[in-house]
Amino acid sequence: MDYFIELFCSGITRGAIYALIALGYTMVYGIIGLINFAHGEIYMIGAFTSFIVATVLSIYGFPLLAIIVVAGVAAAVWSSAYGFTIEKIAYKPLRHAPRLSPLISAIGMSIFLQNYVLLAQTSDFLPFPELIPDFAFMEPIAHIVGSSDLVILITTTVVMIILTFVIKFTRIGKAMRATAQDRTMAMLVGINVNNVISATFIIGSALAAIGGMLIASHIGQINFYIGFIAGIKAFTAAVLGGIGSIPGAVLGSLVLGLTESFATGYVSSDYEDVFAFALLVLILIFKPSGLLGKDETQKV
Amino acid sequence: MKLQLSGKLLSTAACFMIALSAPALSSAADTIKFGVAGAHSGDLASYGLPTVKAAELVVEKVNANGGINGKKVELLVEDDVCKPEVATNTATKLISDGVDVVLGHICSGATKAALPIYSNAGVLVMSPSATNPALTQSGEYPNFFRTIAPDDAQAKIDVEFALNNLGYTKIAVIHDKGDYGKGFAEFAKKFLEDSGKAEVVLYEGVTPGAVDYSAIVQKIKRSGAQAVMFGGYHPEASKIISMMRKKRLKTDFISDDGVKDNTFIKVAGKDAEGAYASGPKDTTKNPLSIQAVEEHKEKYGADPGAFFENAYSAALAMLNAIEKAGSTDLDALKKALQTEKVDTPVGSIYFDDKGDAIGVGFSVYQVQNGEFVEL
Repeated sequence: MDYFIELFCSGITRGAIYALIALGYTMVYGIIGLINFAHGEIYMIGAFTSFIVATVLSIYGFPLLAIIVVAGVAAAVWSSAYGFTIEKIAYKPLRHAPRLSPLISAIGMSIFLQNYVLLAQTSDFLPFPELIPDFAFMEPIAHIVGSSDLVILITTTVVMIILTFVIKFTRIGKAMRATAQDRTMAMLVGINVNNVISATFIIGSALAAIGGMLIASHIGQINFYIGFIAGIKAFTAAVLGGIGSIPGAVLGSLVLGLTESFATGYVSSDYEDVFAFALLVLILIFKPSGLLGKDETQKV
Repeated sequence: MKLQLSGKLLSTAACFMIALSAPALSSAADTIKFGVAGAHSGDLASYGLPTVKAAELVVEKVNANGGINGKKVELLVEDDVCKPEVATNTATKLISDGVDVVLGHICSGATKAALPIYSNAGVLVMSPSATNPALTQSGEYPNFFRTIAPDDAQAKIDVEFALNNLGYTKIAVIHDKGDYGKGFAEFAKKFLEDSGKAEVVLYEGVTPGAVDYSAIVQKIKRSGAQAVMFGGYHPEASKIISMMRKKRLKTDFISDDGVKDNTFIKVAGKDAEGAYASGPKDTTKNPLSIQAVEEHKEKYGADPGAFFENAYSAALAMLNAIEKAGSTDLDALKKALQTEKVDTPVGSIYFDDKGDAIGVGFSVYQVQNGEFVEL
C-alpha cells in the first residue's frame, strides 16, 4: 500500500508539472485553433530568465522569498513578451492561411528559439538553484512528497481556478469565449479580436514561465532542449483531456502522469512511454475530442 | 569470349605471382616492415590519422638510434576507410608487401574483417582503438593485441569495485536506453550475475529528458538495492541522484565515463558527494605521455588527436617485442609481449594471454568535496 501511495504521489507531481505547460497549449488552441509548438520553448525561456534573475539576486544576498517573487515576475514578463512577439511575427500574418501553414510556422519558431538560446546562452546543462527550501513540516513525509512537489501542486490548482474564473466571469474572458466560438461574429459585435488573441498568448506564456521556474527548480538543471520533451508530453496531456478545455488539460495531465508512474512502478520504466501513448490512442479512438472536450460541430 | 578467357587466366596468374612472391619478399627483407592500417580518409579519418603520426614519430626516433637489432624500420601505411570490405583488401595488400607487424586497424568492424588474413600469414596485429570485447575474449584471433581497454572494461571494473571493495550483494542496474548506456548496463548485469556474489534486483531503462524521476526512485527504494549502477550520461545521472537524495534514499550511486564529467558535480552539487564513476586512468602526469605530446606538437605544430597515446604505446610495445624476441616470428613476439613490461605513454604495460593490455584502462573515481578523486 505504501508503494501504491508513493507511486500515486509521483504520478500526481508529474501530472501537475505537465498541467502547468498544458494549460498554455489548451488556451491558445481554444481561441485560435492553433497548436503552438513554440510553447515548450516559451517554458524553456521562462526557466532561463528566472535562472539568470535568481542567480544575480542571490549574489546580492536577497531573501529567498524575494528571489522567487522577482524571478517569477521577471520570467513571466519576459516570456509574455516573447509569446506576444511570436504571435505577431509568426502566426498573425498566417491567420487566413490554410491550417497547416501556422502549424509549420510554429514548428519553425520552436526550432529557431531552441537554437537561439543554444547560441546566445550555452549548450551546457546549468545547475538551477533550489528555490523551494525543504519545509520542516514536510520532513516526516519527505520520502513520499517533497516540498517542491507540494508547491507545484498548489500552484497548478490555484492557476487552474484563477483561469477558469477569468474565462467564466470577466470581460476579457467573455471576449475570449466569443472569439473562440466565432471570430467573425465577435469582430462584428465590436470585440477587438487581435487584442484578445494577444492577451491569450500573454497569459499562456506567463503561465509557462512560472511553470518553467518551478519545474527547473524541482529538476535542478536546465538547458536549451528541456522545452521540447516537456512540450510534447504536455501537448499529449492537453489532447488527452480534450484540447481547448482548461479543466480537461489538468485532468489529462494527471491521467498521463499517473499512467506513467504506475507503468514504471508496476511494469517497467522501459515501457513508460508505451503505456502513455497507448492510453492516448485508446482514448482518442473512443472519444476523439478527449476526456472533457466538447464534440466539435462542423462550422458551415 | 576469347578476351574474357584471357582475362581470367591473367588474374589467376597474378594471384599465383602474389602468393609466391609474398614469402620471398619478407624473408629477403633487410628492414622491418611496420604496417599502419586504419581510416586515413573519409568521415572517420580523424580517428585514424593520429595513429599514423604516432607511428611516424616512434619509427623516426627508433631509426635515429640505429633501428631494431641493426635493422631499420620501414613504414607501410594503408587506408581502410573504416570499412570491413575495404579492410580485407588493405590487409591483403600489406601482406603482399611483406609486412612484419601491423599497427591497426582503427575500427572494430574493419579489424575483425582483416584479422583472419593477418592470422593466416602469421602477422602480429595491435590496435590502438578497436574496443569490441570479442576481438580478444573470443580467442578466435590469437595474433591480435590492443592498447585500449575493451568496451566491457568499465562495467567490469565497476562491478568488481561494488562487489569486492564495497561488498554489496543487491544492486539495481539502470540505463538511459542509449547505445552507450544500455551497452554498459548489459555488461554490468552479466558480470554481476556471473559473479554469483550479488543479485541484480532491478534492471530498467529510463526515458532521457523526463521531467521527474520519482517513480523509478521509489522502485529502486522498494527493490532494496544497496547501490544503483547507472549506464548513461551526466544529465540523467544528476537528475536521478538528486531525486534519490530528495526522497531521502541513501543508496550508493556507481556509474560510467559518461558521468565522470565535471558538469555532473556542478549540476548535482552536494547530492553528487560520494558518488562513484569509472573513467580512463589519468595519464597526464606520465612523463612519457607528456614527452609524446611534446614531440607531436614540435613536428606537426598541433595537439595530437584521438588514440594518439594508445597508438604511440602500441608502436613502442611492438618494436620492443621485436627487439626482445630477436625476430618477427608470431609466437616469439607473443611471448615477448606477454612477459616483457614496457614503459609507454599509457603506463607500464604488458599483455594477457588473450591480447588485452594489462595496466591500461579505467579506474574508479569518487566525488569528494566537489572533485573526482581517483581511488
